[in-house]
Amino acid sequence: MKVVIIDDEPLARSIVKEYLQKHPDLELMQECGDGFEGVKAIQQHQPDLIFLDIQMPKITGFEMLELLEQPPAVIFTTAFDEYAIKAFEAHAIDYLLKPFNQERFDKAIQKWREQSAQHKTTSTKELLEAASLSPSQNQRIVVKNGSRIKIIPVQDVFYLEAADDYVKIHTAEGYFLKNKTMNHFEQSLDKDLFVRSHRSFMVNIQEITRIDPYEKDNHVALLRSGAKVPVSRNGYIRLREVLGL
Amino acid sequence: MTTPLSIFRFRIIFIIFWLLLEADQTMVLHYFGMRWEHAMIDSGISNAILLLLSLLVMNTLRFYLPRGRQYIHIFSLCLFLTLIWLLITKWLLAVSLGHVPGYRELLQHSLSIRFSIAFLLLGCITMISILWFNQKEQKENELRKVDAEKLTKEAELFKLRQQLQPHFLFNSLNSINALIGSRPEEARKMVQQLSDFLRGTLKKEETQWVEFHEELQYLQLYLDIEKVRFGNRLATTIHIADEASKMKVPALLLQPIVENAIKFGLYDTIGETMIHMEALVDGKDLVISISNPFDPETSSPKQGTGFGLKSIQRRLYLLFARNDLLTTATQNAEFITQVRIPQEQTNK
Repeated sequence: MKVVIIDDEPLARSIVKEYLQKHPDLELMQECGDGFEGVKAIQQHQPDLIFLDIQMPKITGFEMLELLEQPPAVIFTTAFDEYAIKAFEAHAIDYLLKPFNQERFDKAIQKWREQSAQHKTTSTKELLEAASLSPSQNQRIVVKNGSRIKIIPVQDVFYLEAADDYVKIHTAEGYFLKNKTMNHFEQSLDKDLFVRSHRSFMVNIQEITRIDPYEKDNHVALLRSGAKVPVSRNGYIRLREVLGL
Repeated sequence: MTTPLSIFRFRIIFIIFWLLLEADQTMVLHYFGMRWEHAMIDSGISNAILLLLSLLVMNTLRFYLPRGRQYIHIFSLCLFLTLIWLLITKWLLAVSLGHVPGYRELLQHSLSIRFSIAFLLLGCITMISILWFNQKEQKENELRKVDAEKLTKEAELFKLRQQLQPHFLFNSLNSINALIGSRPEEARKMVQQLSDFLRGTLKKEETQWVEFHEELQYLQLYLDIEKVRFGNRLATTIHIADEASKMKVPALLLQPIVENAIKFGLYDTIGETMIHMEALVDGKDLVISISNPFDPETSSPKQGTGFGLKSIQRRLYLLFARNDLLTTATQNAEFITQVRIPQEQTNK
């Protein structure tokens, strides 16, 4: 069985490594100091289990998981993060609170072994959904652009557009795709900055230069970039509310 | 509550005023043809009784201050007291000076003017007393308010301090846990450092002032612990002007700023994070700047600083009642936090 450790603190990695020695069937493939390395290592080694810290440079452990097509089983290691812990508990995912001892570590491994033997899939997706509503995570959107990882500060987003199972995130550099729903973004993004102007569109109100009537009952918002975003009847009501018109 | 007369200066003024009043009345009565000794008796009796009534009014107001519409009661009270005064005085004067020829007529004629003067005087005393007691009450209210504010301020400062600790503490313990197995000597050293650091946090009060070099030692402990945690990723340079190290700073103010810089630097960039600290003296102020690297492409420092700096801004405001002491700037890929610490301790 292959294992990868992802934690930005060297000593935090070394303690996991030490505890792993008791489990000779688990082979440590790589240690990573941040989420970028983590994504690469996971793609390269296809591990069965990863140990993942949450607070890390550039992207959090959660954001890293969002970038993976098929995330491996995860045991989270964290020191203190009320919000994450709530998310873990809600989705019955095992996590290790730092500092932890060998006994606790073995228990987590045991639990993972039992679950993988029963082919139980952990509900990583729901967990990520819950975790991404944390206030610290709505300042930016992390996307994968080919093999590159792109971090988009939310204020750089012009507007969002639904596209099948994805959401197109339009920015000055073109658009990026994220495997999420419009409802997700409507919940996680700042409600004073982004308004659902249409069933399939969310617009950054800082970018709006004009709102024109368009056909019957509908409007269209003109953005600084020149883009036109459809505004439905209900969307128009919401926009007027936020803009204070 | 004290009355105006419990202040020595006011008591003297009050006595002098009353003596003048008596002298004045004596002279007026003499001018109207009374003999000196008779005029003196008349003035003495009427003013003595007026004095008693004034003291009564003053003492009553001490326990009962009129509010709003109740002023009409005060007016009626004055009127009533003056009438009583007039009756008593008239009776006493008639008894003691009734034998003097022509006195009864003079008394009868002067009743209205005596009444007016007494009413005016009592009215004045009442007004002055009300003003005095009102002001007293206001001062006491203000004092209470200041006390209450001080209490909330201390509670708030305490809370601000508490919020910064748990993440650091648990991660440090985790590092120690890792060192125990591989490098027990270093683990011991770190336990010592962590204990000293925590003791420093507990020992100091938020409102206490310490010398900058003392605070730097405390900061060094913090930096040493963080360096163990983050290994080669964290590097620091510190440059302190000689005259700066003797200056005073509010205890525990700098550590959260450095903590914020480290967090921001470490979590916003990949690779080595250099934290640079510089302290110099500008006029009478101690100016400390702390810089950390950041990624201008992905963070907007305004939002990226988050909780850390907001709480420091608040603390500075609570300490100095100023909002301009903490400033931030960006230069290339460096985020610079600057704190200005006035040396005049206005709010200790």
